[in-house]
Amino acid sequence: MFLRELSELPGVSGNEGRVRDFIREKLSAWGIRHDCDALGNLYAYKGDGATGAALNLMLAAHMDEVGLMVSAIEKSGHLRFYKVGGIDEQFLVSCPVYVGNAGIPGVIGAKAVHLQKKEERGKPLEVDNLYIDIGAKDKDDAAKVIKVGDYVSFAARAATFADTFKGKALDNRAGCAALLEILQRDFPGSFTAVFTVQEEIGSRGARAAAYRLNPRMALVVETTIAADLPDVEEKDQVTLLGKGPAFTLQDDSLIVHPRILERLMAVAQGKGIPCQFRRFTGSFTDGGSISQTREGVPTGVISTPCRYLHGPASLLCLDDWRNLVEVVDGFIDSVMAKGL
Amino acid sequence: MELEDFLKEITEGDGVSGYEESIAAAVARAFSPYVAEVRRDNLGNLIIYIKGKGAPAPRIMFCAHMDEIGFIVTSITEKGFLRFGTLGGFDLRTLPGQEVTIHGKEKYPGVIGRLPPHLRKGEKEKKAPELEDLFIDTGLFPEAVRAGIEVGAVVAIRRDMIALRHRCRAGKAFDDRAGVAVLWQCARELSRMEHEADVYLVATVQEEVGVRGAVVSTYGLAPDLGVAVDVCHGDFPGALEHEVSPLGKGPVITSGPNIHPRLYERLLAVASDYKLPHGKDVSPGPTGTDARAIQVSREGIPAALLSVPLRYMHTSVELLDLDDMKGAGRLLAFFAAGVDRAFVEELTCF
Repeated sequence: MFLRELSELPGVSGNEGRVRDFIREKLSAWGIRHDCDALGNLYAYKGDGATGAALNLMLAAHMDEVGLMVSAIEKSGHLRFYKVGGIDEQFLVSCPVYVGNAGIPGVIGAKAVHLQKKEERGKPLEVDNLYIDIGAKDKDDAAKVIKVGDYVSFAARAATFADTFKGKALDNRAGCAALLEILQRDFPGSFTAVFTVQEEIGSRGARAAAYRLNPRMALVVETTIAADLPDVEEKDQVTLLGKGPAFTLQDDSLIVHPRILERLMAVAQGKGIPCQFRRFTGSFTDGGSISQTREGVPTGVISTPCRYLHGPASLLCLDDWRNLVEVVDGFIDSVMAKGL
Repeated sequence: MELEDFLKEITEGDGVSGYEESIAAAVARAFSPYVAEVRRDNLGNLIIYIKGKGAPAPRIMFCAHMDEIGFIVTSITEKGFLRFGTLGGFDLRTLPGQEVTIHGKEKYPGVIGRLPPHLRKGEKEKKAPELEDLFIDTGLFPEAVRAGIEVGAVVAIRRDMIALRHRCRAGKAFDDRAGVAVLWQCARELSRMEHEADVYLVATVQEEVGVRGAVVSTYGLAPDLGVAVDVCHGDFPGALEHEVSPLGKGPVITSGPNIHPRLYERLLAVASDYKLPHGKDVSPGPTGTDARAIQVSREGIPAALLSVPLRYMHTSVELLDLDDMKGAGRLLAFFAAGVDRAFVEELTCF
C-alpha cells in the first residue's frame, strides 16, 4: 500500500509531476506498459492488450489535489495566493505549506487574537486577507526562491490513528493507491487504469483520457465526503466512516449507469463486503466528463468515505479502503466474465 | 546543544497552563549544566539559581512563562467525539484542521473537526466558528475513546518546529517558551562572566490563564528587581505600525507605568554599550505579561519587560527570528553583570 507516500507528495491540479513520477516508477518496476498524453494523464495498460480487449474497461483515479497558487509577492516578502480547486478555506489558517517545486516551507498566519476587534473575530477569515510567510526579509529576498505562479500544497505528514489513516490529499491519492493495488493483481483480461490530471478544477484530464481510450465502460475510483460528525442528522451525513465503500447514485455531473451500480452492489453482496450509498447529489467527479465523452460511456463511481476532505488532516478508515479494493477487484472479474 | 535545538525541544513538547510537568522536566535538564541549583516551588514554577560574587549579593529575577494555551475535554459524545473548553485565549477560526495530542491514559493523536462546507450554508457560512461548532476526532472507535480518555483530559496543539528562510522559525508555544530559551541563552552567557548579583531564572506557570505563577515566584524569591521576558507582536501586512515590532531587528524594551524607569534606562544603555540591536515599545497600563505581577508583589518590586517580536501570536505557526532571541539572552546577561548593590539601592530613590 502506497497511501502514505502518495498522501505526502505535492500534486496540486496542473502540477501533478511528482505523483505521476512516483506511480510511473512503480509501473516500470512491475513491468506494466504505460504512457502519457499531452495533458499529463498517465495510462497503465494491464494485461496483454488482446484478451478481453472488446470490453475496453477504463478505471480512473485523479492524481491532483486542491491547493493554492502564488498570485503576488508583497513588498514585505509575504505571498498572496489564489485557490486551486475547492479548498476548504477554514483549514488555511495556522497551516504550514510548501511553495513551488523546490518545496520552500511557509506558514499561513493570522492576525494575533489580541489585536483583533470583536467584530473581526466574528467573521470567517477570507483568502483575500491571508498570505503565506516564508520568513523572507522583503520582496527581493522572497523573489530569490519564489515566483508568481508557484503552486502551493499543504505540508502535512501522514499517520495512522489506530485503524484510521490521517493525511492530506487523500482525495484522491486513496483512489490512486487503490488502482496501484489492483494493478499488482492478476485478472483474466486486459483493462486500462488512468491516473488523471486536473480533476479538482473541473475534471479536465479525464475528458481527454476517455476520448483517447474510447472505453466501453468506466469505473471511477474516488474519495467522498463523510459527514458522520456531531450534531449532523443522519440524512446529512453523506457517508459514514467504517461502513464500507460508497456507491454514487448521482451527483451534479453524473447519474450512474444502472447496470454498473447493480453490478457493484452484486459484487459487494457476493463477497460479503459492507457498502453504502453516497447520500448526496452535489459535487462532481471524473465520472461526469467520462460518461459524456464521444457517444457516451456507461460509468460508475465508487469511493472511500473521508472526513475533513480538502484539508491538511483528512481521515479515512483503512478497512473501507481495503474493502473498496476488493469490490473493484470483483467488479473487474465480473464484467470480464459476463460483460455488463 | 544550540539555542535552536533547545527551542525545538521545548516547543514540540506539551505544557498547557496548569499542566506544565513534562515541559518543566525538559527545561530543568537543559539548564542544569550551567547553574548552581534547579528547583520547583509550590505552584510548579521552575527556579534556576546562578550564584553571584557579591557579599551580600543583589538579587535579580528574570522570568518567562513555560505554559502554553491549550484545551481540556469537557464531554465525550456517544460516537466518541470530544467536546472541549479552552485554557487561554484562542482565535477559534485558527482551529479547524489543527492536529492535537490528547493526554489521556496514554497520548492520543487527534484532529480538530468542523462540519464540511455543504453543511455550513446559510447563516453559519458568514460566521466564525464557536466552541460548540468544533470537536476533536481521534479516529478511534467510541469504546476505545471511553477506555482511554476521560473528561478533564488535557489537550495540546501538535506542531513540529518549521525552519523557514534565514533565521526564521515557526511553531507552537513560542509564546513564551521562546522567553524560556532566552533565559537559557542568558545562563550560558553568564557562565562565562563575572557578576555580583545572584541571578534567579524562573520558568513560570499559568501565565496564559491570568499571570499566576509569577505572583508566587516573585513573592517567594523577594528579588531586588525583576525582568519579564515575553513575546510582543511582530510586524505583518496590514498591521497598525504602533502595535507591532519588526523581526530581525533585536528584542524590544518596553516603557510605561508597569516598568521602573531606571531599569528601562539601564537596559537601553546596556544595549547601546554592547551594540546590541534592539527596539522600543510603550505600554500605557499594566502589561499582559509576568511584569504585571512582579511590580505589585510584596512591598513593590522594580519591574522591566524585554520582548521577542513574534508574528501570529496564539496560533500554531507563531513565527520569530532566532537572532532576536539570541540578542535578548545576551542583553539580559550583560545587564545582570552590571547590577551591583549601588544600582539596586538607587531604585528606591525618587
